[in-house]
Amino acid sequence: MNIRAQVSSVFHLDKCIGCHTCSIACKNLWTDRKGVEYMWWNNVETKPGTGYPTQWEDQQHHQGGWQKKGNDLQLRMGSKGASLGRIFHNPDLPTMDDYYEPFTFKYQDLTNAPAGDDQPTARPVSMVSGKPIKIESGPNWDDDLSGSNIYAANDPGVLQLSEKEQQQMFAIEKMVMFYLPRICNHCLNAACVAACPSGAIYKRGEDGIVLINQDKCRGWRMCVSACPYKKTYYGWTSGKSEKCIHCYPRLEVGEAPACFHSCVGRIRYLGVLLYDADRIEDVAKLEDTELAAAQRDMILDPFDPRVQEEALKCGIAAEVLEAAQKSPTYKFVKEWGIALPLHPEYRTLPMLFYVPPLLPVISKETLNVQKLADDFFTSLEKARLPLKYLAGLFSGGNEEEIKAVYRKLIAVRIQRRNTTVGDMSAEEAQKARDIAGVDSDMIEAIFRMTTITSIKERIVIPPMLREQAIEAGMDTETYKQEMGFGKRQPPKRRW
Amino acid sequence: MMDLILFGVFPYVAMTLAIAVGFYRYCFDRYSYSSQSSQFLESRTLFWGSVPWHYAILLILSAHLLAFLFPSLWGSLLGAPGRLYLLEITGIALGVVTTIAMLVLLLRRASNARVNVVTTTIDWVLLISLLLQVITGVYIAITMRWGGFWYVHTVTPWLWSLVSFSPKIDFLVNMPFVVKLHAVNAFFLVALFPFSRLVHVVSIPLAYVTRPYQLVIWYRQRNNQL
Repeated sequence: MNIRAQVSSVFHLDKCIGCHTCSIACKNLWTDRKGVEYMWWNNVETKPGTGYPTQWEDQQHHQGGWQKKGNDLQLRMGSKGASLGRIFHNPDLPTMDDYYEPFTFKYQDLTNAPAGDDQPTARPVSMVSGKPIKIESGPNWDDDLSGSNIYAANDPGVLQLSEKEQQQMFAIEKMVMFYLPRICNHCLNAACVAACPSGAIYKRGEDGIVLINQDKCRGWRMCVSACPYKKTYYGWTSGKSEKCIHCYPRLEVGEAPACFHSCVGRIRYLGVLLYDADRIEDVAKLEDTELAAAQRDMILDPFDPRVQEEALKCGIAAEVLEAAQKSPTYKFVKEWGIALPLHPEYRTLPMLFYVPPLLPVISKETLNVQKLADDFFTSLEKARLPLKYLAGLFSGGNEEEIKAVYRKLIAVRIQRRNTTVGDMSAEEAQKARDIAGVDSDMIEAIFRMTTITSIKERIVIPPMLREQAIEAGMDTETYKQEMGFGKRQPPKRRW
Repeated sequence: MMDLILFGVFPYVAMTLAIAVGFYRYCFDRYSYSSQSSQFLESRTLFWGSVPWHYAILLILSAHLLAFLFPSLWGSLLGAPGRLYLLEITGIALGVVTTIAMLVLLLRRASNARVNVVTTTIDWVLLISLLLQVITGVYIAITMRWGGFWYVHTVTPWLWSLVSFSPKIDFLVNMPFVVKLHAVNAFFLVALFPFSRLVHVVSIPLAYVTRPYQLVIWYRQRNNQL
């Protein structure tokens, strides 16, 4: 066994209110510079919808992620040789138009305009060329537009549904949507790392954060097309790729990443997961429908003495092991099994998991009172958002995975309904628990973690042992006299 | 005197600049060691410029290099008329391709508002010298037959005399003006290399082919090193 630790996340989609506070926190901290205006390391999409960049999930077009070639795993973009052959022009690179051209307004015109009969206007200008532009898209352009026949109807996930299912989704008064916040998944089998010709992208051994070395990056842009989630971005003034850094400078001083800290709905959970790195390749080669379960299986139990012993042998610090035992992500993903990876069929083994949204699907109206439906488990199949759509997002098309999660989430609701409102009987709660295969304690634990926990329980940052990292590289006394990220020059091209 | 400066001194100046400044930039500003692609801002036209340009110029440059490094081999390669014609025609065709491709690239930089923003003065100097280089090259290939032959007896010994630090500028002094221009501009490009985006020619990522897909970097020594 080759045990590694990974700082991983869980986003609880039922709690996301789509306020974009996470995006703004991230933007203010990391991407408010020239050349990166269009980048949203954290963005919140409306699903069903086309997302950002447009139709990023359509891998026939974008060629991101991995595919199985016989018994081997190969980047969908092509082999290493083919990739080098296309180094002069990368045919799979999205352009700025796939995201949006950043713009601002000529606000000065409002105050500088000479007196006249007409109201002065502030014309939109491109932040790239400075010339007036017609704004055709922008950040969150399709926000809340899940009924639209431009955005929702062109969602690659929706396009895979049958005609009837699509009609059902877009029926008036039956329309449905949810929010999908996305950051870098810090994958175990990262496609961006694999695609980088310069070897500039790497995974940090201690915490699994995927970073781009800006000094080694030569701007070949292969990572941008290889990442199936389109979470590496090309800085058009610096000529370098940039991506979410999981706020590692904050993590290293024990602070939650900006998007986690600012989350209004408190949907974000962070913690350490232990996994067996020797199994990465085998797991990534499994069938689409097996991937979500196999990835869960890879995660090791931090309470198992054998795992603890192996982990210490593999160089994982005792403090980190302790943090792994308190990890909320371990509970969500492994113990409770209610969080699934986004698009596991891309085979990058993403380490950001989502609790799928329950949505208002299983309610019915009697005498003008909204009530939970009589039998949840038959109504699940008739859900307003087809299970097939959710399976396409979170389990590589495996509907059983999604059903298993929903049964547990429903059991939580019924039991809590029984406790707090009392209009559902204890027998019903018992029946729901039996079908879901969970006990009362687990339900209370899920309820607690989803609702009333403090930030210390939701975000369990392992000690990053920065002092050891410094000692490995330089004299600690010298380090004390310095500050910043160890860069002595501003990241700006001078040649 | 001018000839001596151009053909006997300038090549050394250019090479020194290329090596010294190139080295300095690599050591102290590795961040800037790239071509700074503009494909993200404009992709379609770039395809018709960049791809033909790079493949054609690589072939042409390797022919120049081959004739310089292995003149006797090159001579025997051109020994038969069939092979000579084939090589000359290929060379001219590739030269025409590079010229058209460079025009496409120049027009793209000039006409596309977004790409124009990320274009600096030195980019223009570089692109125009490259255009000049390929135009003079094609002109020489068409008007002065057979370049493949006389190159070995004039340019190759001149270059080797430079290598051996005893420059024999006579080889070039009596050449037509275009050939002189082609030679001097070539060294001008060498001099331009460390100051422009041309630095990307030495960042060919060949190591990619042999490295494993995944890269994991540890800052602590692990007890069981893999």
